[in-house]
Amino acid sequence: MKLTVNGTEHEVDFEDDMPLLWVLRDELNIKGVKYGCGVAQCGACTVHIDGEAVRSCQTAAADVWGAVTTIEGLGTPDAMHAVQAAWVDHQVAQCGYCQSGQMMQAAALLAANPAPTDADIDDAMNGNLCRCGTYPRIRAAVKTAATKLQEV
Amino acid sequence: MTIDTSRRGFLKSAAAVGAVLVVGIRPNGALAASGTPSMLTPFVQIGSDGSVTAIVKHFEMGQGPSTGLTTLIAEEMGLTMDQIGYDFAPSNPQVYNNTLFGPMQGTGGSTAMANSFMQYRQAGAAAREMLLQAAAQAWGADASALTLQDGVISGAGNSAPLGDFVEAAATLDAPADPPLKDPSEFRLIGNPDVRRLDSAAKGDGTAMFAMDIQRPNQMIAMIARPEQQRATAVSVDVSGAEGIKGFIDAQILPNAAGVAVFAETTWGAMQARDAISVEWDTSAAETRSSDEIEAEIRAALEAEPTYNVNGADLGAVRAAVDGAETIVEETFYFPLLAHAPMEPLNCTIEQTEDGGILLHDGCQFPTIPHGAIAEIFGIPFEKVQIKTVLAGGSFGRRATPQADYQVEAALAFSLTDRSRPVHLVWSREDDLRSGYYRPAFGHKVRVGLDANGGIVGWEHRIAGQSIMKGTPFEAFTIQDGVDHSSVEGTADSPYQIPTAAFGLTDTEKATSTLWWRAVGHTHTAYVMEVMMDMTAKAAGIDPVDFRLAYLTGNGADQTRKAGVLKLAAEKANWGNPPAGRSQGIAVHKSFGSYVAEVVEISGTAEDGIKIEKVTCAVDCGIAVNPDIIKAQMEGGIGYGIGHNMRDQITLTGGVVDQYNFPDYEPLRISDIGAIEVHILPSAEAPTGVGEPGTPPAAPALANAIAAASDMHVATLPMDDNGVSFV
Repeated sequence: MKLTVNGTEHEVDFEDDMPLLWVLRDELNIKGVKYGCGVAQCGACTVHIDGEAVRSCQTAAADVWGAVTTIEGLGTPDAMHAVQAAWVDHQVAQCGYCQSGQMMQAAALLAANPAPTDADIDDAMNGNLCRCGTYPRIRAAVKTAATKLQEV
Repeated sequence: MTIDTSRRGFLKSAAAVGAVLVVGIRPNGALAASGTPSMLTPFVQIGSDGSVTAIVKHFEMGQGPSTGLTTLIAEEMGLTMDQIGYDFAPSNPQVYNNTLFGPMQGTGGSTAMANSFMQYRQAGAAAREMLLQAAAQAWGADASALTLQDGVISGAGNSAPLGDFVEAAATLDAPADPPLKDPSEFRLIGNPDVRRLDSAAKGDGTAMFAMDIQRPNQMIAMIARPEQQRATAVSVDVSGAEGIKGFIDAQILPNAAGVAVFAETTWGAMQARDAISVEWDTSAAETRSSDEIEAEIRAALEAEPTYNVNGADLGAVRAAVDGAETIVEETFYFPLLAHAPMEPLNCTIEQTEDGGILLHDGCQFPTIPHGAIAEIFGIPFEKVQIKTVLAGGSFGRRATPQADYQVEAALAFSLTDRSRPVHLVWSREDDLRSGYYRPAFGHKVRVGLDANGGIVGWEHRIAGQSIMKGTPFEAFTIQDGVDHSSVEGTADSPYQIPTAAFGLTDTEKATSTLWWRAVGHTHTAYVMEVMMDMTAKAAGIDPVDFRLAYLTGNGADQTRKAGVLKLAAEKANWGNPPAGRSQGIAVHKSFGSYVAEVVEISGTAEDGIKIEKVTCAVDCGIAVNPDIIKAQMEGGIGYGIGHNMRDQITLTGGVVDQYNFPDYEPLRISDIGAIEVHILPSAEAPTGVGEPGTPPAAPALANAIAAASDMHVATLPMDDNGVSFV
């Protein structure tokens, strides 16, 4: 089966019900996407399919309807996406394990809503758990990224 | 400079660049240097290309030691933060001993900075002095005329990069007592602009956690576990898993505690684990329910305590309370709690070419799994290596006295022919349902007040399951039968409470328990601070003024605790909340640090509480990295508030009732508003920051709820006991 991830087309052999998360991590060795709960309750596995934020642990790889983007495809270490740059700027990450999912969710939010309020941010980010409690910094970083994206 | 977190990679690059100066401390504590990295495991390694690498002996779970300890080396060597990298130390309990709880290598008790501050500065200072000495010899100059700044040695009319002198410096003896920088000269320590060294990798997705380890040809192992603790596997039928893609095998672990299921992929292992059937022997299994645990604790609180914690005259204290003008009395109960770090537990184990064992792990207490693995495979301690990688949170869970998950990995690996590395993976359900919880505790407190609202007696009983008894930590945490971790933060509180008695009763071991971010302080701070609030209210005195009345005199403990209390109150505009809002305050000392927090809420317990703002003041001695300290306070506050709002682990017939985040729901972004942290300037030695932010958070929230709704929550979690949140 063909799967396009971060602009590269892969031919992968997987069973129909295998979640996209495990195809990415175990078959394609793309490790930026994380396993946190397996039941779409923590958001650590968030990726984009055609720009939409989805929980890859509850998305069967066979059902993927478009191009997949993971944190590795959002930006690069040398050319970070505005969301990633804002995350670094605010030093959001503590342990960092949930943050690729947080950033994917935030990037999708800003694509849909370029100037979110605190309430918009809370609504959009409420499905993404951070056990280190970096939420106030996430809110600040989303706003910084929004400003940066509007300047471009 | 790139940060090479691979030790093997470092050694290779060190060899490639030729001479290397390494400075560390020998097991006897003396500074030592060597030109051969393999001779000595050091705190700082310097290549002749000028590359400097701090060797960080504490693991990184987000609390910041990789940045903090590296900062200490850079400060003493006059480097900028982009002129130094870091590498996690190998497992070696002598050299990388935690000086506050050794002899062992480990991270915990918020000790990383406290036990490293002088050690790492001395290592950096010794390296600086040796490089200056080597340059002085080369230039025929006096070393005292030379300086090392930004990687360049200069003076006496000369200037050259430090790398030019590494080869010569490596032949010198390390100075016994190198001069340390005066704090007035610090450029990095205390500088709010010093950045975390791991932010970029955690921003672009390249940070490598234990879960991301993918060794060539590795297998995944998951463990099929019994529903009840201490049940054992009798037989396994794998036929149900035979059609599952990638399924390899399933075998009972040598200790029968579970069945190891091997597969090519994590998904295959998960499916196969569900598909096999295991027969369990439950004859010795845990059968108690959390209701029985609670009943036992509540009964213990009504009886005479087993241990007199502070040697008080119980009769006199009781008489003082009984004879008081007013008695304020409350009984508290705290349920079992799981740590639930974001990254589920996992590690990877493999055999090395020389027949040794290599463990890849976000390893919190390397010495314990190190010894356990050596024993399991019957090999010398020296033949075991642990490569520490980033941990996706821990909050205490990755350190157990039994090295639980590393032993599981080793036992699973022992069932194989060892030709393939084995990556043990826990699911979230494994994490929440497999024990090692914050123990349930109860407190009963009776406080007597005189006619002026002054405390005349404080009788305090504590009951719960000891964490430390029966573990290797017993020797230095149990005194006269009292497990300090059951009572810390009560009798040793800086409050000068007259006529106080603290008693402890251990309850039966009903489930496995463990230190959980701030350990005993998670319940003792709540009780002390809610009682102070209730008592202040009964006395008709402002809660801040009431507390300050018991923090008088010039004692450092009292002055520092009063200092953060006053600062938090001032910054939060205590007593004057915006319309429609209520405030609560709490202050607590833990792990050597003093933290006060004001929680500001809107709403009522009945209609729904919203946490609008938290203001925090912290005194942790010298603030090595102010932004990391602020982040730890922010995170600690969220951790304390979230669990006490709505989380608990319960048991029915010994079986855990919770499965995953839907029924153990942690704090979410919409639960908490702004957090503002203020650091009290201090010249004292640095103390912990990972845990001390947690204890005051929940009592400050409880006190805010009391201000809004005239009810103090005494049984946790709050949303199960009369408080709703919006």
